[in-house]
Parts: sequence; structure tokens; C-alpha cells
Amino acid sequence: MAEATPIVPSLAPLAISPELAARPPLVQVLHDWIVTVDHKRLGLMYFSYGIVMLVVGGVEASIMRAQLAVANNHLVSPETFNRMFTMHGTTMIFFAAMPIVFGFANYLLPLMIGARDMAFPRLNAWGFWMTAFGGILLYFSFVGGFGLYGAGSAPDVGWFAYAPLTSPAFSVGHSTDYWIIALLISGFGSIATAVNILTTIVCMRCPGMTLRRLPLLAWMNIVMAFLVLVAISPLTAAQIMLLLDRYLGSHFFDTQAGGSAVIWMHFFWIFGHPEVYILVLPAFAIISEVIPVFSRKPIFGYNIMVAATIAIGFISLSVWAHHMFTIGMTSYANAFFVASTAAIAVPTGIKIFNWVGTMWGGKIHYTVAMLFCIAFLCQFLIAGLTGIMLSAAPFDWQLGNSYFVIAHFHYVILGGIIFAVFAGTYYWYPKVTGRMMSETLGKWHFWLFLIGFHLTFDFMHIPGLLGMPRRIYTYDASRGWEMWNLIVSIGVVFQALGVLAWVLNVVWSSLKGKVAGNDPWDAWTLEWTTSSPPPSYNFPQLPVVRSRRPLWDIKHPEDPDWKYE
Amino acid sequence: MTVPQHEVAPHAHLRGKVGMWCLIIAESAIFSIFVVAYLYYAGKSLSGPTPAQVLDIPIFTSICLFSSSLTIWLAEKALHAGDIKRFGLFWFVTIALGAIFLGGTAREWYRLIYHDGLTISTNLFGTTFYSLVGLHAFHVTVGLTGLTLILLFTLFGAVKQEHAGRITVFAMYWHFVDVVWVVVLSVVYFITR
Repeated sequence: MAEATPIVPSLAPLAISPELAARPPLVQVLHDWIVTVDHKRLGLMYFSYGIVMLVVGGVEASIMRAQLAVANNHLVSPETFNRMFTMHGTTMIFFAAMPIVFGFANYLLPLMIGARDMAFPRLNAWGFWMTAFGGILLYFSFVGGFGLYGAGSAPDVGWFAYAPLTSPAFSVGHSTDYWIIALLISGFGSIATAVNILTTIVCMRCPGMTLRRLPLLAWMNIVMAFLVLVAISPLTAAQIMLLLDRYLGSHFFDTQAGGSAVIWMHFFWIFGHPEVYILVLPAFAIISEVIPVFSRKPIFGYNIMVAATIAIGFISLSVWAHHMFTIGMTSYANAFFVASTAAIAVPTGIKIFNWVGTMWGGKIHYTVAMLFCIAFLCQFLIAGLTGIMLSAAPFDWQLGNSYFVIAHFHYVILGGIIFAVFAGTYYWYPKVTGRMMSETLGKWHFWLFLIGFHLTFDFMHIPGLLGMPRRIYTYDASRGWEMWNLIVSIGVVFQALGVLAWVLNVVWSSLKGKVAGNDPWDAWTLEWTTSSPPPSYNFPQLPVVRSRRPLWDIKHPEDPDWKYE
Repeated sequence: MTVPQHEVAPHAHLRGKVGMWCLIIAESAIFSIFVVAYLYYAGKSLSGPTPAQVLDIPIFTSICLFSSSLTIWLAEKALHAGDIKRFGLFWFVTIALGAIFLGGTAREWYRLIYHDGLTISTNLFGTTFYSLVGLHAFHVTVGLTGLTLILLFTLFGAVKQEHAGRITVFAMYWHFVDVVWVVVLSVVYFITR
């Protein structure tokens, strides 16, 4: 790529005297990380925590796939299998995906909008530690939880914990309470972080950074944070109700006293569907920053991208009951949720067209980050198409709760979100560590993970179409599902190897990677004006921007963007 | 990009208010779910007592709570003008009004539990009533704790005119708690009774 470009002198970091630059002892370093309120360190902690949980959740998924690889398998007991799918789902959504997207937001937002930190640095630390504590509490259930099958029982009610399974009668002991309280606590952390993200973007923008000049990453995180505020809160409310039911004998979800099991479904999915967009909007945000830089073109249709993001934010709040077609709602409710679900494809489609439009006619650099983006585009399109299929209520009646649904939403979450997260790590790693990630190892990572992903999730659609329901711990050989399940399970091996290559790359590159310089990709947003890694105060003086691509303006004073915007 | 001159982000002074607005949005979502549950289960209890049998409209305590929004605003105004004594006085009145409201809730609950035999596990009305009104009372309690802390700071002379902005942010929370009571009062005591 282009060599590091000269930096405007005023943006260079302050000189540090040698005694300050000396290495502090390890205890001091650890202490500094634990008490830190620096958005970059908290961002990295969120991210690392999410990755650890991603691996844990991945191990749980691998156990399930090992169990399902052949028919009539007895590798794990049905009880263990129930715990595995419950913990896998809960871990991946709340303790892997959300911390990772919050990590990106925390690290990048202040740098991209020209601020020295988040609006409320201490609240930021509080949010992280609440989330971290929630995850630890959830996993403590493996040791301290007491359930239907005795001690050491992790939650086993499924990640959406439908009533009445969660009632004290059917879910004895404390394992379900671990699930409730872990999510309640991490939910408080998430709400705090969302408050912080929104306030940061609204209030901490540097002079000249108007809303029309905001990087798309920031715009999409605004909508994400708004969705956290209005979607995580209903989950918090529902969890409080469930706790009251379990401990004080109230009757919210107690059908024998006139309560309703279905209203838990409504409350859960009022949270649950926007949650998908809470996770996918930050993925869109990463894609929207990476594709322009590696296509050497500004983003195509900035305004319409912002409008589409806001539209997705609002429409996503009115589609939740498409998770509930199979419970038998009125035809009016079905029609409404079919229509709103199909409608959300419109702004999403606009986005895909705009990303392709950005690449169109561009000078595309096939870096590993860009490869992940291109894979994201193809896979997210397919995920969207199966989503449209499932949005039709009659189709959903046939395939609801089958492996087709599992394949669909893993296509969204892995094929979409995780691929974007990988793209983001390759793109911003040089900024965070000062060194480049290895492109060779990166290509191994990309191809191994791509092959593994498609082996697993392309072929997972088929047993779903053949009628294989989700959450069964084994199946009979006569069903004709065997070969497909074996292929699906083999894909997991490739995915694991891919993730291993990635972890190796992260570790190896931090020690031996090529020194990156401030701006290795010849990019355009403010984070690339700082040193790599950025100093703790980010900017010695706040920058002043005049366009969406402030670095372009610096590098090309003869043809700056602000003349055209 | 020109040479940086400004040292403060242009909107940084608004962050307290914006942060509080965000919290209020999140809190509203929590309350909405409890209100929806209340409305959904209204009249669906399998056994008594019913709201019409046991609920009395808490007129006096509601007036107290609503008035506290006025007194906290007067306190805020006094602090902006630098009149600490006046601020402390109105702040104290706000606490007193909030405490009367909470006391009213306590009396109501005592009567409901010991005389009318309505607890959270009696029927769906009890479940949704105690959770919704209790959630609001919990918010009043949090608000009163904050108000009392600030009163103590004031008595020790730590609150000065320069803190007026922060007091405004705290007052936003108190106003929110009052507005929620408008909704809870209408839903519980008027619409479904």
C-alpha cells in the first residue's frame, strides 16, 4: 500500500520523556488495565472478553456438532445437550457478539469523531465490568448451579427460555436464576454503554464534524445504541417479571393462574429481534469503512445509507412476532408481521447496492480485510433471502423451529457479523498495535473459515428442509439426515482451524508483524492521523474537519473534498 | 482541515442532558413493558379482589408528587441565580413532598396486604399492580436517595452556583419519575379501575 503520509505537525503526539517511556512492572500494568477508564483499553478489553467467550461458545457448538455428526450418538447425555445449546446461544449473543461490537465502538468512535475519550469514561468502565461480571456469573452455574439433575447444572431452558419451562415447577433449583440474573446484570452494562455511545456521538464531535460529515461507522452506532436503549430494556423488564414469578409467586407467565406463556414470547422477541440489528448494524458499520478504503472510492450514496440505517432501526422494532408465527396468531397479526418483515429487506437491500456501488469502478485492493467484506456481501445477501422466505407465514409454519431456521440465522450471525468482525480486525489491527497482520496467515484464515462456514451452514439448510427439528440431541438413522449432519459437523473442523489461524496471526503479528506506521492503508478517517497505537489522549489538539474524508483533504490540498460536499 | 484552534468539542457541555435523555428513553421502555402487562392482564384475574373493590385514587399524594416537580424547578432556578439558601429550602420541600408520596404508597400497600388480603401472588391484579406501582416507587426511592445526598452536600456547603448544570440533569430524572406517575395513575386508578 501507499507509504505513511506526512502528518500535519499539530496532530503529532506529544514527545514523552525517556523516564516516562520506561517499562513499568507487571503488577503496575495489570493494575492500570483494571482501573482504566481509557476508551481504547476498555475497547480492547471488551473485544478480548468477547473473543474468549466466542471460543467458549464455539467449544459448546463443537460438542453439539460432535454429538449430531452420526445418528443415535451417545457422546453426551440429553441433559448436557440441553445445557450446551442454552449456553451456546446465550454466550454467543450476550457475551461474545455484544462485547465485540461494543469493543469496536468504544475503541473507534472517539478516534473517528475527533474526541479524547467517551462522554462518560467511568460509566464506560462500569458498563464493561457489569458485562464481564454477568458472563462470569453465567459460567459459575457450571459449578454452583443446582438444577433438575443436581449440582453443577448450567441453565438448560434454551436461550429464549420460553414459559412455562422456566416456572419453579419445571425448572427447579437455581440454574435458570443464573441465566436470568446474568442477563439482567449484563443488560444494565449494555444500557450504560449505549447511553455512553449515543452521548459521545452527539456531544463529543470535534469542531466541524457535523452530522452530515460523520463517518458511517458512527451513524450506524448511533442507531445501534438507540436500539440497545429501547430493546434491551424490555428484556430487563421481562427478566424482572420472571424473577418475581420465580421468587415472589407472581403470575405473569403462570398459565394456571390466568397468566400467559405467549406474552413472555412477545416480551422476549420485542428484545430479540432488534437484538439482531444491534449486532448487525456495527457489522454494517465496519463494512462501510473498509470497502471504500480498499475500493479507493468514497462511499456511494452516503445520505441514503444514513437514511436506510435509520429506517432499519425503526422497522426492526415492529417485526418481532415473525418469531411466533407457529404459535397461531390472528390473521391480522400474521399479515402485519409478514409485511413489516418483508419491508425491512428494502433498506437492507439499499445498503447492499450501495456497497456494491462503492466497489463498482473502484481500484479494488484484495487485502484480507477486503476479502472478508466481499464474502460478507455474498453471504449476507443469501441470509437476507432465506429471511424473506421465512417471513412468509405459511412457509414459516412448515419450517419454523427446524434446522432451516438455524441455518438462516447462523448465516446472518456468522456469515454476516463474524465475517465483518474479522474484516475489522485486519483493518484496524495496525492502528491498535502498530504492526500489520500477516496477509499470508490471513489468507489461510479466510479460506479455511470460508470453506468451513459454507460446509456447515449451506448444508444445514437441507436437514431443515427434510424436517429435522432444532434442539434434538440425537436422531434415528432412517430419517435420511445422516450425511447432511456429518457434512455440517465436518465444516466445524475447518472453522476451528480458521479461527486458530486468526488467533495465531493476532499473537504472531503483535510480536513480529511489519511496522505499520500511522496510516498503512492510505485511509481517510481521523483515527489514521494518530500514531499507532494512539496516545492515551488521542489528539494533542482537537482536529477541525471540513469534509467526510479529513485525511483526503490533508493529503490532497489541491483537490479537497469540502469543495464538493 | 485547518490548524486546530478549538480545545473543546462544541457540544460537550450538553453531555449531561443528552446522557439523561438516553437513560430516560431506556427507562421508558422498561415502564412500557410493565404498563403493557398491566393493561393486558386487566380484568383477567381468576379470583378477587378486583381493582374496583380495593383501590382508592391517591389524590393527595399524587398532588404532592406533581408539586415536587414545581419545587425542584424553583430550587434549580434559585441555584442558577446563586441563591444557595433558597435552593436548599426548595430542595428540602421537594424531598418532603416525595417522602409524603412514598409514605402514601406504603400506607396503601399496608392496607391492601393486611386488610384486603391482596399480595403479589393473590391474583393477576396483585401481580401487575405491585410490580408496576412498585417499580415506580423504586424509582421514587432512588430519586429521594439522590435528593437527600444533594441536600446533605448543600448543608455542608459543597453545592455552589457552578453546579447548577448538574442539578438540572438530576432534576430531569425527578421530572421523569413524576411524568411516569401520570401514566401509572391514569392506567391503574382511572382507566382500568
